[in-house]
Amino acid sequence: MRALFWARPEEDMKKISWILGLVATLLTAITLTAGIKPILAVDPGDKPASGATIKIDNFSFGPSNITIPAGTTVTWTNNDDVPHVVASDDKQMFKSKALDTDDHFSFTFTKPGTYNYYCAIHPKMTAKVVVQ
Amino acid sequence: MADFIKDNINKDGIDRRGFLQCMAWAGTGVLYTLHGGILKSMPLMQGAMGGNDMAKMKGADFSFIQISDSHIGFNKEANPDVTATLQVAVDRINSAAAQPDFLLHTGDISQLSKPSEFDTAEQVLKGVKAGNIFYVPGEHDVLTDDGQQYLDRFGRGTKGKGWYSFDHKGAHFIGLVNVLDLKAGGLGSLGSSQLEWLSADVKQLKSSTPIVVFAHIPLWTVYPEWGWGTDDSEQALGYLKRFGSVSVLNGHIHQIMQKVEGNITFHTALSTAFPQPAPGTASSPGPMKVPADQLRNVLGISHVNFVRGNHSLAIVDSPLARP
Repeated sequence: MRALFWARPEEDMKKISWILGLVATLLTAITLTAGIKPILAVDPGDKPASGATIKIDNFSFGPSNITIPAGTTVTWTNNDDVPHVVASDDKQMFKSKALDTDDHFSFTFTKPGTYNYYCAIHPKMTAKVVVQ
Repeated sequence: MADFIKDNINKDGIDRRGFLQCMAWAGTGVLYTLHGGILKSMPLMQGAMGGNDMAKMKGADFSFIQISDSHIGFNKEANPDVTATLQVAVDRINSAAAQPDFLLHTGDISQLSKPSEFDTAEQVLKGVKAGNIFYVPGEHDVLTDDGQQYLDRFGRGTKGKGWYSFDHKGAHFIGLVNVLDLKAGGLGSLGSSQLEWLSADVKQLKSSTPIVVFAHIPLWTVYPEWGWGTDDSEQALGYLKRFGSVSVLNGHIHQIMQKVEGNITFHTALSTAFPQPAPGTASSPGPMKVPADQLRNVLGISHVNFVRGNHSLAIVDSPLARP
């Protein structure tokens, strides 16, 4: 008569326990890794709206010319020792408050087009966002 | 000195160009400071001047002080305590031999247009022994509400967005605002309403009236790449060309620069907060760091002496550092 699984001799039980333990560890490891994976990898398909970042440094916008899909939120961060004001050439569109060092400002571009902007207090600083 | 005289306008053996060239020999003043943003430690300007110049100063009908760019609220490496250096400027003004008739502040009083910053600036300046204080805004003073807060505090009696004029002992002083409605890619801007007002303001004045204009951003093109200039200043200066003596006092660039164009003398003042690099010597016009023990050599105030009948003002720039 075949021995019942749960009534096998001790040695067999030890082997099975070891194998089960190993499988459990592997499964845990895979689960944990799977949990981390989306954070490390860029997966635009999953996210509803991706973001673009522009750094303000040395009295200039970097990058000064970006192309993004409609619906993207652009975030500017000021790395300079002086404040800057991010303002669209079109007065109706967007204008940040005065951004001190490390402050940010975000704007979501919904319509395709080319949008020129500048720093409202240092107007020689100009750049643009192209929305497709 | 005789070799340098070209136009003996005041018939005193000195002309402005000759004066400036002599100052270069003395190792003081304008030509020296034009080379680079850092001034070497040097004695107080007045002490270094020759006897002839001191005599000119003593004959002044009145004097006033120009300070600029106090940037109260700034706290980065270039100067972690701008309130302290503004206080030093006040102490220097108060320790001068003669009390000035008034103070001109050519803007960037605050760093971020915050009420607390304006409060602190006014508090420190309350201690100055100098009669009235006249202000014009810098771009840092009009960051919120299109400058409404600046107007509420300092705009009493001004026109439009804060421009005005007043007379003092026969000279006509004009405060202009060139930091609002700045256009993308542009420089400073006066705007048509202000230009119209200016034209009407000086129309009835005799050409012999000495004119002193003060505004934040330079009214001549110092360095357009860094925004150091005013797009429509030519028109403003056009209204003033007929006058025998016009002085334009500006700030914004945090270093001393002078230029003479016919009857118009332009002068920019040091900041009381932090220096900025000389045009083209750095990648941007941001605050320039200097060793802490040299900071007060590159900050300063300007004593301006007005002598009736003289072609131009006598401007003496003094660093905050004691000799």
